[in-house]
Amino acid sequence: MSVLDSKIPEGSIDKKWTNHKNHIRLVNPANKRSIDIIVVGTGLAGASAAASLAEMGYNVKAFCFQDSPRRAHSIAAQGGINAAKNYQNDGDSVYRLFYDTVKGGDYRSRESNVHRLAEVSADIIDQCVAQGVPFAREYGGLLDNRSFGGVQVSRTFYAKGQTGQQLLLGAYSALSRQISKGKVKMYNRHEMLDLVMVDDKARGIIARNLVTGKVERHAAHAVVLCTGGYGNVFFLSTNAMGSNVTAAWKAHKRGAFMANPCFTQIHPTCIPVSGDHQSKLTLMSESLRNDGRIWVPKKIEDAQAIREGRLKPTQLAEEDRDYYLERRYPSFGNLVPRDVASRAAKERCDAGFGVNATGQAVYLDFASAIERYGKEQASIHGMNNASKDEIIAMGKKVVEAKYGNLFEMYEKIKDQNPYETPMMIYPAVHYTMGGIWVDYNLMTTVKGCFACGEANFSDHGANRLGASALMQGLADGYFVLPYTIGDYLADDILTGKISTDQPAFEQAEKNVNDRLETLLSIQGSKTVDHFHKRLGKIMWDKCGMSRNAEGLKEAMVEIKALREEFWKDVKVPGSINGLNPELEKAGRVADFLELGELMCLDALTRNESCGGHFREEFQTSEGEAMRDDENFTFVSVFEYTGEPGEAVLHKEDLNYEAIEVKTRSYK
Amino acid sequence: MNLTLKVWRQKDANSKGEIVAYDVKDISEEMSFLEMLDVLNEKLVAEGDEPIAFDHDCREGICGACSLYINGEPHGPMNRTTTCQLHMRSFKDGETVFIEPWRAKAFPVIKDLMVDRSAFDRIIQAGGYVSVNTSGNTIDANAIPIPKEDADEAFDAATCIGCGACVAACKNASAMLFVSAKVSQLSLLPQGKVEAEERVKNMVEQMDHEGFGACTVTGACEAECPKGISLENISRMNREYLKATVSPGK
Ligand SMILES: Cc1cc2nc3c(=O)[nH]c(=O)nc-3n(C[C@H](O)[C@H](O)[C@H](O)COP(=O)(O)OP(=O)(O)OC[C@H]3O[C@@H](n4cnc5c(N)ncnc54)[C@H](O)[C@@H]3O)c2cc1C
Ligand code: SF4
Ligand code: FES
Repeated sequence: MSVLDSKIPEGSIDKKWTNHKNHIRLVNPANKRSIDIIVVGTGLAGASAAASLAEMGYNVKAFCFQDSPRRAHSIAAQGGINAAKNYQNDGDSVYRLFYDTVKGGDYRSRESNVHRLAEVSADIIDQCVAQGVPFAREYGGLLDNRSFGGVQVSRTFYAKGQTGQQLLLGAYSALSRQISKGKVKMYNRHEMLDLVMVDDKARGIIARNLVTGKVERHAAHAVVLCTGGYGNVFFLSTNAMGSNVTAAWKAHKRGAFMANPCFTQIHPTCIPVSGDHQSKLTLMSESLRNDGRIWVPKKIEDAQAIREGRLKPTQLAEEDRDYYLERRYPSFGNLVPRDVASRAAKERCDAGFGVNATGQAVYLDFASAIERYGKEQASIHGMNNASKDEIIAMGKKVVEAKYGNLFEMYEKIKDQNPYETPMMIYPAVHYTMGGIWVDYNLMTTVKGCFACGEANFSDHGANRLGASALMQGLADGYFVLPYTIGDYLADDILTGKISTDQPAFEQAEKNVNDRLETLLSIQGSKTVDHFHKRLGKIMWDKCGMSRNAEGLKEAMVEIKALREEFWKDVKVPGSINGLNPELEKAGRVADFLELGELMCLDALTRNESCGGHFREEFQTSEGEAMRDDENFTFVSVFEYTGEPGEAVLHKEDLNYEAIEVKTRSYK
Repeated sequence: MNLTLKVWRQKDANSKGEIVAYDVKDISEEMSFLEMLDVLNEKLVAEGDEPIAFDHDCREGICGACSLYINGEPHGPMNRTTTCQLHMRSFKDGETVFIEPWRAKAFPVIKDLMVDRSAFDRIIQAGGYVSVNTSGNTIDANAIPIPKEDADEAFDAATCIGCGACVAACKNASAMLFVSAKVSQLSLLPQGKVEAEERVKNMVEQMDHEGFGACTVTGACEAECPKGISLENISRMNREYLKATVSPGK
């Protein structure tokens, strides 16, 4: 038998969660008061988990590295959150959301988890509205929805282009309420630097107070990691600057297996790179593909003229444009899933049709939407003879109401007005489907260590559908973990307080201090960012949008060499005492330099193309991904053995009972 | 372009700070203001100096982490723009740029350009929430229709990013715009109305306790707020506060 026990409950797919909740062990309210839980991370997953656990009666200690929980990376999510409410009466249902998510994930996710996610999705919306989250509404006062990629219903709830902000502020307010009651003790500007194991259980963490520099011990009966994704291993991504893998990686080294680490989502619509100085990339929400049409010139000489500034996109006649998504995928058109849209953009740019100076951009055009909405407005207002200018002006107003803040953001960065000229966009690293392996209870392979939100691998398979990460983070934190953690903690009601005066804490603290001292003592010749950028380039070139065996093997050798160079030649200024952002960065990049190698190993092992993982060797003659269900219908789960490139592969076989596995087609 | 930067350097909360001048060269117009500081920091580290500490994270104008008082204005010269969204095309070759931290008693400096804004968190903890449990046993989200106008107005107030520019802009270092944005959001929605009176009293009390100054309605906060939070929120909060404190039976 595999070392992995996914603990999927018995019964038919739609009864599993209910049965499980009915039979799972509970901790009674009085006993909860004697149990401590550490929650690392206060994004959507962490803030909702910490608030819920505290409400149930546990004593919670929560940690984040920002100066306030309100600033977690979740705040930046733009487009929306899915839920199977079927308010639009367009045929949506729990089953359909479940089905879309499994299909969108290219049949590489665990069926039972995804079904549970779809089941609790509706509760999330009720919860958020009750908290005062101001979702967009229609004139009748009911909630509005829009559509996201890879689905044919409108099930996405949103708050302009700031859905993540509003949801996080909702979770933050629930967390704040518990902080004020003393049920959560909040540690801002603290970074977890190790997981502490006593016997074979997670019993605490080592964290550094980023202001004083002091390395501290914190004990608890269980540790919940809600530390987000690791897209910044690519240096440039749409993630916040501080997003990192450190907490997850430390847990990995303590025995938590990593699942599908190479499954990375490259988002098709981001603002293209403009130069070497670039520190991050900015997303233009997927919701824009509801109304924006993606194209490049049909003729290569027009593309060239545009690149050289001799031709403007608005001058190009309709018949000279190639709306390549509409051409290749007529039934989903511009709303194909992200992996498909990204690869199609790369294909056109590689073929020489790119439209910015570097040839790495395509257009996202709103002209037809502006005209369509303008005509609709004219009709609503009975303006039968509206002039073209009047129509366009009214259309712009509608588009502004829908996407105003995104257009503003684009204009600030590019100094171009997207109401007048099409946006230029290109794919960028955005999200990591891979992460810490968890069982149905969200427990990792380390007893007492749990993982929620983007940090775990659980629900999105090889490709995440838009608006599903927010849903998963809140589902895990509000509705799943608070129940499932009881099953583990039921054994701990008599344990009593965990002391930090134990050899395990002492040793872990010493390791952390030693490592920080080592980083400071190298005093080499190159900055942390120098190494981070080089790692990012290797990852993007060889483990990015398309991969091949040869490149991946090279990348593994290069990353290992880069890691050795880092530990000999990095320069970290300042001291361990007090605030030292360069030291923080150095620790994170050191972990990325290990993770990168594991990602390449995973990509190399998976001899198929699925979702965001595209292996050039495995494609159809039309350039579509070729999955190999016979040999690869499993989760790749890696055990750390001392060297990232020598991790041991375990397989969790995926069984599909409620869904028939098909070739994924959006044509 | 080349610029001279005059930057506030302060070792820690207990040390005295001073302005230090730096020259930065070959800055591209496409860079953001923080990327320009990254370039300077890379140079400082390479030369063995300590880089300038400043808060930042999303670099998309939404997390509220970045701050900086640039040439006498919070978040610099562009209206409705955070420092991370400010681009170097707003500056001229050869210009001298002054960069200082937020200045307010309630926001003590931690290091260089970084300040402690945890007072804002404590104000929210005092009542900036709806007291509803996260049990999942709430009523259906569409059970109470909310007029679109109210929902939109609540949303506009809710877009505050908690950056603190309003405090930095105000000569009295008042936090009224920040506090009123949250009070307004929740008092405009039926879910928040239930405890509106308690909320406004508690939040205002905490605000005073943190050492923020009084509001004399100069409007500097609104003018400098990167999210365009409106002064109307302050009027609304004043009305709510009055209702909560002088209504009969209280
Ligand atoms: C620009 C952008 C737009 C997006 N838009 C959407 C969207 O419209 N819809 C959607 O569904 N999804 C969207 N996503 C994805 C979604 O936002 C994220 O997947 C999700 O918010 C992650 O939430 P989280 O709680 O797991 O982690 P995060 O929000 O990333 O939180 C991580 C937390 O962990 C803490 N942390 C990390 N490491 C440590 C450590 N070592 N010690 C202490 N604390 C630590 C951080 O301080 C933070 O509090 C978007 C993502 C991006 C980048
Ligand atoms: S009101 Fe404006 S300036 Fe003040 S904290 Fe909120 S967003 Fe910042
Ligand atoms: S860094 Fe997030 S708002 Fe500026």
